[in-house]
Amino acid sequence: MSLRHILQSKPEASAFLMLMFLTLVFSLLSPAFMTYGNFQVVLQPIPEIALVAMGVTILMISGEFDLSVGSVFALAPMVMVLAMAAGIPLPISMLAGLIAAAVVGLVNAAITIRLGLPSFIATLGMLFMARSLTIVISGGFPPPFPRDLDLWWIVGKVDLLRVSIFWLLGVGLLLGIWLRKFDFGSWIFATGGNREAARDMGINTNLVKTTAFVLCSVLAGFAGMIQVFRIKAIVPSMGTGLELTAIAAAVIGGAALTGGIGSVVGAVIGALLIAFIENIIILTRIDANWFRFAVGAMIVIAVTINKITRDAAGRGKHKDGNDE
Amino acid sequence: MMSEPHLSVRGLHKWYGAVHALRDLDLDIPKGQVLGLIGDNGAGKSTFIKILSGVHQQTEGQIHFEGKPARIVTPRDAMNLGIETIYQYTAMVPEMSIARNLFIGREKRKWGVRGFGFLDQRAMAKEALEAIADVGLHLRSAEAPVKDLSGGQLQGVAIARAMHFRSRMLILDEPTNHLSVKETNKVLDYVRQLGAQGITVIFISHNLHHVHEVSDRIVAFAQGSKVADLETADTDVPTMIDLIT
Repeated sequence: MSLRHILQSKPEASAFLMLMFLTLVFSLLSPAFMTYGNFQVVLQPIPEIALVAMGVTILMISGEFDLSVGSVFALAPMVMVLAMAAGIPLPISMLAGLIAAAVVGLVNAAITIRLGLPSFIATLGMLFMARSLTIVISGGFPPPFPRDLDLWWIVGKVDLLRVSIFWLLGVGLLLGIWLRKFDFGSWIFATGGNREAARDMGINTNLVKTTAFVLCSVLAGFAGMIQVFRIKAIVPSMGTGLELTAIAAAVIGGAALTGGIGSVVGAVIGALLIAFIENIIILTRIDANWFRFAVGAMIVIAVTINKITRDAAGRGKHKDGNDE
Repeated sequence: MMSEPHLSVRGLHKWYGAVHALRDLDLDIPKGQVLGLIGDNGAGKSTFIKILSGVHQQTEGQIHFEGKPARIVTPRDAMNLGIETIYQYTAMVPEMSIARNLFIGREKRKWGVRGFGFLDQRAMAKEALEAIADVGLHLRSAEAPVKDLSGGQLQGVAIARAMHFRSRMLILDEPTNHLSVKETNKVLDYVRQLGAQGITVIFISHNLHHVHEVSDRIVAFAQGSKVADLETADTDVPTMIDLIT
């Protein structure tokens, strides 16, 4: 397979090349970058961002969009912590938080599909509503986080990593296989790639989109729980602005806003790229206010590379297409 | 056997709100017939085929398919009966491979149930190549995305898909739109082959020359009603133009 072919067939290929390139450049820029201790710091929040980005990516593949993930990132763990404060055991409290996230996903899906609003608007509304709910149910005061929980299974330290990174790998692997090797995964791509065709060929596109909305929301809620377990504290404002980071990671990782294109690996690479940029800015003592500039530039560069390779594929078509 | 029509509709009506799009349609189509359906925009052709393909439902009236009453509520109902529709836009997902497109919504599974099935990609790739070879389209691989195909090749894949799933009745809605002359001829060839294989075909086109060339029988719609029903041999293109204007 030629490089051109890989760039065209793997949506995450250009992000992967950028990651390799920047890792090299950053190692040269700062001797502290490629060190054990630094990676320990950089990788800490990766599972949280990457899980949200995966959900956003899968939803984008299905042709929809979710701006409410940052708020759900706070709402689900808030429900969980409040349930624990009321004496409910951890597993049931977690389940309650995940159900709250799923309900948000269902409402997003219902507004988008039944009322026919663009998901951008439906979930923009939900961004505010879910955030407000989080603050209201917390009663204005962040509830205390129980200190005596055994949380090794989710955020315990294993050498330089936390257990949460294995949750990320596990969930990512399952979702990747589901997307690429299962019929439902194929339907997600078909629904986002050409909804009319998918529907005419007998796919229940409403069910596909609803599933993607709920999955996206539940992943965001789960990611929020991991962060709460890691920091051992909850504030109602957690995850503010995370929706934009997650969407940036998804887009840098090759997901197309138009639907039908994207990959789980891409979401992880996108999250890593953003974390690496933030890290190098800290290490090299550049004014931290350049971080957003760098992420913004990365979005534009990544999408430009993807567009160029896809356009090149389009030109190839006219060359070989007519002699058949 | 000969007396039984393959498809029979009686008293079919369709209202879209206040618009009476299809008025009291009666139609029998024998097995293996290529029926050319003509009519101006808004004549009710699309409404009729959307009912047959399960995209819309009739407001009133009965459909019998292969002698049995047919309830077609969703596209899957139509496909399960063996009625396949090929739309002018070709129902394909551009970014997906030929094999995936051929099996969209009807994927082959190694294990699992529909909706949670592990794909048998090797079998799909193999059968996809065979299916498109059967309609005379020879491609090296079924893994290329369909956006790399020409318009005629796309129609070939769409027809291969319908043939592969042993559809018993094929509805072709403007299959020659936006095609070059050479590709159009290829598609018209496919249509003749279908009729020869005993597959009933409803062929819809604005190009009356194409309709006249491949159809056994011509039915004309105007303002939601059937206004003519003729053997192709008994009519010619100028007469057909008069019928629909």
